[in-house]
Amino acid sequence: MAAAKKKPAARRLARPARMRHIIIGAGPAGVIAAETLRKLDPNAGVTIIGDEREPPYSRMALPYYLSRKINEAGTHLRKTPRHFKKLGIDVRRDRVTAVDARNRQVKLAGGGSLTYDKLLIATGSSPVSPPIPGMDLPGIHPCWTLADARHIAKHARPGAKVVLMGAGFIGCIILEALARRGVQLTVVEMANRMVPRMMNTTAGGLIKQWCLDKGVRVHTSTKVTAIEKGPDGRGLRVRLDNGTVLPADLIISATGVRPNIGFLKGSGIKTDHGVLINRNMQTSNPHVFAAGDVAQGLDFSTGEYSVQAIQPTAADHGLLAARNMAGHKGAVHRGSVNMNVLDTIGLVSSSFGQWMGATGGDSAELCDRNRFKYLNLQFKDDVLVGATSLGLTDHIGVLRGLIQTRTRLGEWKEKLKHDPTRIMEAYLANTQAVGFNAGMI
Amino acid sequence: MAWTRNVMRVNLTKGTIKREPLNMEWAMEYLGQRGLATKYFVEEVDPKVDPLSPENKMIMTTGPLTGTMASTGGRYSVVTKGPLTGAIACSNSGGFIGAEIKSAGWDMIIFEGRSKKPVYLYVENDRAELLDARDLWGKSVWDTDHELHKRHQDPLIRVAAVGRAAEKGCLYAAIVNDLHRAAGRSGVGTVMASKNLKAVVVRGTRGVGNIRDPKAFMKAVNAGKKVLHDNAVTGAGLPKYGTQVLMNVINEIGASPTRNMREVQFEGASKISGEAMHEIRKSDGKANLVTNAACFGCTIACGRISVIDKNHYTVVNSPKYWGASGGLEYEAAWALGNDTGVDDLDALTYANFLCNEDGIDPISFGSTVAAAMELYETGAITKKDTGGIDLKFGSAEALTKITELTCRGEGFGKIIGLGSRRLCEKYGHPELSMTVKSQEFPAYDPRGIQGMGLAYATSNRGACHLRGYTVASEVMGIPEKTDPLTTDGKPALVKAFQDATAVVDSTGLCVFTTFAWTLNDIQPQIAAACEGDWSMEKLHEVGERIWNMERMFNNAAGFTARDDTLPRRLLTEPARTGPARGKANMLDKMLPEYYRLRGWTPEGTPTKETRARLGL
Amino acid sequence: MLRALKIEPEKCTGCLQCEMACSYENEQVFNPSKSRIRIFNFHDEGRFAPYTCTQCAEAWCLHSCPVEAIVINPKTGAKEVIEDVCVGCKVCTIACPFGTVNYNHDSGKVIKCDLCGGNPACAEACPTAAITYVDIDQTGLDRMRAHAQKTLPQSAQAA
Ligand SMILES: Cc1cc2nc3c(=O)[nH]c(=O)nc-3n(C[C@H](O)[C@H](O)[C@H](O)COP(=O)(O)OP(=O)(O)OC[C@H]3O[C@@H](n4cnc5c(N)ncnc54)[C@H](O)[C@@H]3O)c2cc1C
Repeated sequence: MAAAKKKPAARRLARPARMRHIIIGAGPAGVIAAETLRKLDPNAGVTIIGDEREPPYSRMALPYYLSRKINEAGTHLRKTPRHFKKLGIDVRRDRVTAVDARNRQVKLAGGGSLTYDKLLIATGSSPVSPPIPGMDLPGIHPCWTLADARHIAKHARPGAKVVLMGAGFIGCIILEALARRGVQLTVVEMANRMVPRMMNTTAGGLIKQWCLDKGVRVHTSTKVTAIEKGPDGRGLRVRLDNGTVLPADLIISATGVRPNIGFLKGSGIKTDHGVLINRNMQTSNPHVFAAGDVAQGLDFSTGEYSVQAIQPTAADHGLLAARNMAGHKGAVHRGSVNMNVLDTIGLVSSSFGQWMGATGGDSAELCDRNRFKYLNLQFKDDVLVGATSLGLTDHIGVLRGLIQTRTRLGEWKEKLKHDPTRIMEAYLANTQAVGFNAGMI
Repeated sequence: MAWTRNVMRVNLTKGTIKREPLNMEWAMEYLGQRGLATKYFVEEVDPKVDPLSPENKMIMTTGPLTGTMASTGGRYSVVTKGPLTGAIACSNSGGFIGAEIKSAGWDMIIFEGRSKKPVYLYVENDRAELLDARDLWGKSVWDTDHELHKRHQDPLIRVAAVGRAAEKGCLYAAIVNDLHRAAGRSGVGTVMASKNLKAVVVRGTRGVGNIRDPKAFMKAVNAGKKVLHDNAVTGAGLPKYGTQVLMNVINEIGASPTRNMREVQFEGASKISGEAMHEIRKSDGKANLVTNAACFGCTIACGRISVIDKNHYTVVNSPKYWGASGGLEYEAAWALGNDTGVDDLDALTYANFLCNEDGIDPISFGSTVAAAMELYETGAITKKDTGGIDLKFGSAEALTKITELTCRGEGFGKIIGLGSRRLCEKYGHPELSMTVKSQEFPAYDPRGIQGMGLAYATSNRGACHLRGYTVASEVMGIPEKTDPLTTDGKPALVKAFQDATAVVDSTGLCVFTTFAWTLNDIQPQIAAACEGDWSMEKLHEVGERIWNMERMFNNAAGFTARDDTLPRRLLTEPARTGPARGKANMLDKMLPEYYRLRGWTPEGTPTKETRARLGL
Repeated sequence: MLRALKIEPEKCTGCLQCEMACSYENEQVFNPSKSRIRIFNFHDEGRFAPYTCTQCAEAWCLHSCPVEAIVINPKTGAKEVIEDVCVGCKVCTIACPFGTVNYNHDSGKVIKCDLCGGNPACAEACPTAAITYVDIDQTGLDRMRAHAQKTLPQSAQAA
């Protein structure tokens, strides 16, 4: 900067043509990417195209909108008025229908097209509707968008009979919000426990027991076979494969999501489950990048490329994609740790990395069923590779820290196997300067 | 208001736990902790009660400043009737559990009755339950502490527990909290074990608030911290050497009781002193002392954390003791060292670790071993009694062996666990027991520090330095210097120290602050924190009230003026070396005047006028 | 010149004055369990470690926040939680690889060190100067920073 100031002429000469960055999707991945691009290149053109009606908002905040902790504005990703304008980021409400990679253009549903130098696909994912008869009846909603949340808020009145299909991670978060609204809640989950993809049988079972104790009905290992209109034409009925029929005023479907990649058909950009990217967040087309729920990025723990569909990964991706789009060659992805934290009616749980264990690894576990406390650490050699906890909220970030730095625990591994609650000590002993008292003596 | 105003009442017989509002009328008269809990105790318990029966109660109590930022404000006390003495017992401890109890929202926990099977109390803020401790019974304090931390999956729970010695009936068993802080004296741990209560586990996350005038409080706290920091003892001596700063000093003035108090100077003192703990050992190139450490909120940090040389005979085959743990404080170093004639620093450290691990009072234990050694020397005890231990003065091996046995309640250790008076009576030499009201002496010889003779003789919990520490004045000149070899003015001095200490013990603060603080430094902190009138005048009155209340309990329990005395040795066998050479303690010159100053009859009971004046 | 907390664990005695000062400053009660700075006790080694947020440049907490409830105070450089905006989702508590953002059950929000707006109560309360507030290049944060770099999901040179 200092040098540039001294030689304005030279700088002008060296300045490259103004870059045009286009970002599809105004979720966290897209917004973080846009802001980072702006920081890295004050002159570039940065445009976000999002198809939702609202200003860029956060899906993650929807449960707190439902539980009335915040209003709609509280869900917005940025709170400063005219935030994007001030940064010179052009946020457009439109829908990209196709990508013409050869001509570096995106086609808009509203008509016309835009040309890019670099393109970021950050279109997130959408809920999938399970193939169940009656899923198209009114009164069945996913809980994915702010529009969905408004519908749910309208119908989930105190005392209303609500059936929640799916007790995965998202389902469980919504469960908390619904319980706070005072509805009569029943949860139906196909797997044998709650949050099956984040918790093992013990932990998932404890969360189920916790919900039962709090007055939520929970059916695990149970499928919804059909949804019908209520007997008098009002309300709905949910048929379960165990023979139970549940009356419902509202059904919320949280049975999984799928990356939004349909519009890429014919673009030549390679997709699998999501958009395939390399460690520079680059797709098969060097001018096109992908980030967030739509991207099949590097998983830190497994070394494989997968869709993680979590907020911290979307943020990491967005940041890193922008650095690469701005030409920072060294910005190589080291992989994101899959991790979640969940509050189920006051029971806080978390899981990290290979919580299910690594082949050839070993583990430490403590379980107190009476007090809903659980801690499970997974090791490979003397490195922490995964963890699960229930009822632990202090310093849990170090679990991520230890996993992602691949810190060798040395003698601390045995100590942790003996007493896993000493995790914070193990972390500090291996990463921080912890001194003997030389001050007074 | 500083008090939480909540009292937890745990009936172990019935297995019930109830919340009661704190009696604020009493709080205004007795402040908290020692004073207030003793008031509850004397109101509820028959003085004649058998200390180990279900009818005895045990109160764990905090003070109004416990859990606040006042320096050293982390203390709690255990009030009960002591099995060693049969007198009122009030043992004070630091560490962290006191503040935790307060932070969980409780001023005190009253235990009554006796559980049918071993239990522990688990407190998490409002929630309290009695949980099965059958699997913990038979475990040491250390093992119990580790197991409970694991079981509750919480590194921040605080544990106070009794060890095997208490379970086996050792009469001076301690309640150990935070691994090596202890409510150590008079056998309060024995009472806890007699109730089948293995441990108290606490987690408090509510914090301590309700300070009457927060601004004034922080000002007073900071002023207090500054005084402690600037003072040579609390700001430099104690952090550097701990209470062990006294080892050489007291030895030099000829007041270091040695070999069951036969002598007043110990030739090995410098080898086991605070200075020695700093010295690099030749054997492993390390010092005994690893660091100083603080209790909750304490800006002095006198605590010792030590390591034993891994090759020392005591631990060479026991890696369990290779880590750092609570090291020697002066009283322990003296009792285990000077009084038994042992000068092996690591052996003493090991014995001290064991005292913590299984919860026994090292003062009473060391003194009892000293008496046993003298009995052994005279032939009253033989190897047949000791199970083959060659119980000679100066034998580190004998000391550490007998420590292991006593801590586990095995073999001759069971007899040692009865304390010096019962031991000496059993073997026909009651005169060799260095005790007052059946409690063993601490580390200040009343022949070299005359005032301490009166303090011991009149202490409400038997021989004890912490009921009136005139050493401060007689040796260190705090708050002003008096001559340790004369009795002039000592009755008034003892009374003043006893009353002031009763106040300090009722606040939640540590008595060690009084090396630098007087009540004038403490009063603004109490006044800013607590509702009510807490003038200096009021505090003096509260101290005197507490002292007399305790005395009246003891009188009703059967103690009389005849019990306000010292062992014959200290009254008739003059010191043979040092500045006090030729002097015995001159208790009879002090006691009558002390009674007069106290407003007691010549029989040692508070007069009607005194009782009326103090509202007793 | 920005300032930072300099921590010299070798001077710490484990007294928790800092924890009380912190909780009193932020919560108006003496409550170590709500302190933003914590003392860890390595009992078997006789060591203590005061530990809190270093206000790291990567600001994992800030980036992971879905509602922009964590912002940088331009005066101090501290990453501060705006209580009114925080929804209590706890994602920052798992995102911070240093474990220095904690969830407060009572408020339903997260808490972390904010340097008390430039006058850290912990440093003021520490009786042994184990915690001081000094110019940033004196803190010896390099070690922690180096550690942070390792955690970065991308390479070090990106900025
Ligand atoms: C109720 C709920 C709770 C959650 N809780 C958590 C949690 O606690 N922790 C956690 O880690 N994660 C949570 N998540 C997941 C988290 O919200 C997502 O991982 C995150 O939003 C992904 O960000 P993104 O930017 O990749 O995608 P999104 O946030 O989905 O944003 C993508 C945007 O692109 C738009 N778009 C799609 N296609 C097009 C197109 N063709 N043209 C224009 N725009 C398009 C979409 O409409 C959307 O607005 C939760 C999600 C939900 C729904």
